[in-house]
Amino acid sequence: MDTILVGFAVFLLLGSAAALAMRNLLSAVITVGLVGMGLSILFLLLGAPDIAITQVVVEVIVVTVMIRVTTRTADEERGRPRSLVAVVAGVGAVLVLVGAALAAFASLPAFGASRAVPADWYLAHAEPATGATNVVTAILLDFRGYDTLGEVTVILAAIAGALVIARHIAGDGTRDAGGEPDRAPQTRNGEEAPHA
Amino acid sequence: MREDGDGLSVIVQVVTRWILVLIVVYGLAVASFGHLTPGGGFAGGVVIACGFVLATLAFGGRSGPARAFHRRVAQLEAAGALAFLGVAALGWTLGHFMQAWMPRGSGLTLASAPFLVLLNLAILLKVGAGLFAGFMVLVLFDRLTDAPREGEGGA
Repeated sequence: MDTILVGFAVFLLLGSAAALAMRNLLSAVITVGLVGMGLSILFLLLGAPDIAITQVVVEVIVVTVMIRVTTRTADEERGRPRSLVAVVAGVGAVLVLVGAALAAFASLPAFGASRAVPADWYLAHAEPATGATNVVTAILLDFRGYDTLGEVTVILAAIAGALVIARHIAGDGTRDAGGEPDRAPQTRNGEEAPHA
Repeated sequence: MREDGDGLSVIVQVVTRWILVLIVVYGLAVASFGHLTPGGGFAGGVVIACGFVLATLAFGGRSGPARAFHRRVAQLEAAGALAFLGVAALGWTLGHFMQAWMPRGSGLTLASAPFLVLLNLAILLKVGAGLFAGFMVLVLFDRLTDAPREGEGGA
């Protein structure tokens, strides 16, 4: 089991490095998708099916959107070849950080051996207190419902802001997103709308 | 992929029409039973948003099953947030905000935690519409930057 986990972790690291090294934008996006799918399998192996499901669906939608956005620019190579100094400095920084992390991990309890006290309380009380056998849902929506309310508010604010900006700069181009524009595009700062 | 909102071929469109129903039902199931099985409102909402993204890619956004969804996406998203707030506020009828006010049945069914089911469905609505709105905004910006203008790189 440990071997499989380490194998997946190495695969993810290599995939991330490859995504960074790719000069073609579309290839980089596909590699990122590969890393995300590997990550979801890793979550599944670690016994977190909730996170695995969310990871899969988020990965699917993100990769779809990124491919949709980058198809047009896929032919363009990005960046320049890195200089040797930058590569050496980067690898050196990574080695230092890995060494520090290994030293820190050595003082941690064994993997999966300990849980914090609140975790035990949640595991014992989730089903009798809320009726939910899925402890993650019990925590997200009941014990920690206020956090989820905040999260809902954040998403609402973000999407509302994006739609307002889209409506503002698009003028007559918003037929497909967020309903009909009901105002003239130039409303703020007297700034010219792109299509005006 | 053709531009100008024509969408993909007829084969893709027909299959999308069939599959979209299954995707939406699957998203609803993942969200409704989120208190018993892995999943929940967020995962179900993303599944449904994926379904409508698929429909948009297949039909091009000007027609097809996602058309009505496009026009109401902002309202649906706000409705999801308000539903969450409303379900939470109804806890005041029993004492305080966010209290589980619905009576709980027994057994591992939808009735075993109806309060959580309602919250999950509110999050489903909110995340499904919200992520789809994000997708539409990205496509919109893409189209805008694609329009021939001076001094813009179309990034």
